[in-house]
Amino acid sequence: MTGHAIRVERLGKQYHIGHGRAARTLREDLVELARAPFRRGAPESDGTVWALREVSLEVARGEVVGIVGGNGAGKSTLLKILSRIVAPTEGLARIEGRVGSLLEAGTGFHSELTGRENVYMSGAVLGMRKAEIERKFDEIVAFAEIGPYLDTPVKRYSSGMQVRLAFAVAAHLEPEVLIVDEVLAVGDAEFQKRCLGRMKNVASGEGRTVLFVSHNMDAVQRLCDRAVLLERGRLVAVGPTAEIVTQYLARASTPSSAGAWVDLSGVERTGSGIARVVRARHWSDEDAAGGQPYPDAPLTVAMAVQVTAPCVIPSLAVTIYDLQGTKLVNADTVALGRTIRLEPGTHRLTVRIPELHLNPGVYQMGFWIAGPLGVVYDYIQSGCEVEVVAIQSPGLGMSPTDDGIVTCRLEVLEAD
Amino acid sequence: MTSRADYYRQMPEPAAAPVTTIRPPRGWAPLDLRELLAAHELLYFLVLRNLKLRYKQTVLGGAWALLQPLLTMAVFSVIFGRLARLGSDGLPYPVFALAALVPWTYFANALAQAGNSLVEQHQLLTKVYFPRLLLPLAAVIAGLVDLLVSLLLLMVVLGWYGMPPSAKLLALPAFALLAAAAAFAPALWLAALNVRYRDVRYVIPFLVQIWLFATPVAYSTSLVPDRWRALYALNPMVAVVDGFRWMVAPDSHFPWWEVTVAVGAIALVLVTGLYFFRRMERIFADVV
Repeated sequence: MTGHAIRVERLGKQYHIGHGRAARTLREDLVELARAPFRRGAPESDGTVWALREVSLEVARGEVVGIVGGNGAGKSTLLKILSRIVAPTEGLARIEGRVGSLLEAGTGFHSELTGRENVYMSGAVLGMRKAEIERKFDEIVAFAEIGPYLDTPVKRYSSGMQVRLAFAVAAHLEPEVLIVDEVLAVGDAEFQKRCLGRMKNVASGEGRTVLFVSHNMDAVQRLCDRAVLLERGRLVAVGPTAEIVTQYLARASTPSSAGAWVDLSGVERTGSGIARVVRARHWSDEDAAGGQPYPDAPLTVAMAVQVTAPCVIPSLAVTIYDLQGTKLVNADTVALGRTIRLEPGTHRLTVRIPELHLNPGVYQMGFWIAGPLGVVYDYIQSGCEVEVVAIQSPGLGMSPTDDGIVTCRLEVLEAD
Repeated sequence: MTSRADYYRQMPEPAAAPVTTIRPPRGWAPLDLRELLAAHELLYFLVLRNLKLRYKQTVLGGAWALLQPLLTMAVFSVIFGRLARLGSDGLPYPVFALAALVPWTYFANALAQAGNSLVEQHQLLTKVYFPRLLLPLAAVIAGLVDLLVSLLLLMVVLGWYGMPPSAKLLALPAFALLAAAAAFAPALWLAALNVRYRDVRYVIPFLVQIWLFATPVAYSTSLVPDRWRALYALNPMVAVVDGFRWMVAPDSHFPWWEVTVAVGAIALVLVTGLYFFRRMERIFADVV
């Protein structure tokens, strides 16, 4: 017993692209090696790509480690090597204990088979013993909520039912080392939540080690003690989950990418047009999250305003809507009683919301410019997206599974 | 006082903490028999799945296992028995043909299904690890159920011609096993090659057709000139078919020579096939 459930040493996986072949034999490798000294040009351009390189990692028994990284970072390749689905090109990995891997929901499912048959099939393929499946059968069926459809071919199920059954089997997999890839990304929110809860139970079970890949940073933070950041096949950082997630978000280019100017000249708007917001840009002060706003963080919005005639602006507002269009925030200068005077030309106006009390999610930002007597100069309801990201603040614990839109502070006054 | 962790450590593990070492494959991989044996439950489920899926959404279902040899027997009896008047070693031609068609139909289906097993279940190859050998193995084993059903048909036809079953039928499991091995060995090559070269999918039906002509199904082995017999016997299905005919014919000689050659030929193809399969196994998920 070394105490390490997983030990990975300088693991690498090379893929061959082009030439119509994805892999080669030892013989070809030797031929290649013999030719190498005589080849002109860079060897790397030879249609090979390292999906994973020089990755070393140790995971202690009972630890839950998240693997984060953008698309093509090598997360899935790493999991596939550890699951023994593909062979590494170099390096070494040692895993102690029974390994179970869950790289998709519904492995081993066949649409012609009934729900009951598929539970057994999928369970067996995922590495469960027959006795184990029999013991957990009722629990799995109850978890999937498929009840009377148990003996109906799965192809007659709704897609939601199929996903639920697939997850239910997977969620009851209890090997000593569990490798999970992105499987929680599908299914309805309610069911996802239950799966996450179940995963958490599995993880906290006696000595169970979990490697977990997800794009859902909230799930990663909720489940994992430690995280690993991969980038273009290399391991860039290892550390406490919150730190790694922050690093990842700082590196990742998010769709609404904080800090970048967004061209608003083409968006839908109303108003006289004497003053118009033509470009906008938003960011948060915190460098750690890559300028991306997070709950209770400051939000700064800069606007480029084009003015065609001298005007007085008592009301300039930045509004934030949820994706259903409910107005959540209306930061309006009219409340400050301050009037802005602008001459023709393009001006830069910047406002700041010291604390944005929004929970993680994607929101819409709109703009409003109005003159005296309520003449509307410019009104944009959906200008650009604002993504509020999850950052686990130290000492704050974890976010509740079904959070509201607005953040709230909480104190416990009495607890006997 | 023992802690909870200590308590668990003292628990007798069914398979004491297996250690998996993953490293780049080099050279030829030996057969991991222990791993294969440990996966017997999965093999059972794969066979079951094979059986359940085989006749799903067909009107006649399992009756196809009877109809295939029965209809072929009828066609052969008319064309080869009546029109071409091929000799049938003193047996009624339908019995002569069916005794060969029962193992042949099994062999042809098993070869095709095992040969395509990896490609058809590629979604398993890329998502979960298990000994890949189980897939062709399950296809070959599942076919044995059809073989059993068609054997019942053979018994009925024997009864119809007033031929009582003899003690020679006790050799049946041995010949069924020989037929299974005859299908499994080349299927290993085909299945592994199929992953990279999909041409194999189109080669298999053609191969089965040629193989049928090289096997004494419609005709008798006695038609083959003596000087070709040695080469002919390299086809293990010759021994299987002659073995089945030996079991049903009242006075016949056990095909010692053919069986010996067949076992040798199968062993050669099986061992090389296993090595080839294990060699290719590591890239299955990459190229499939």
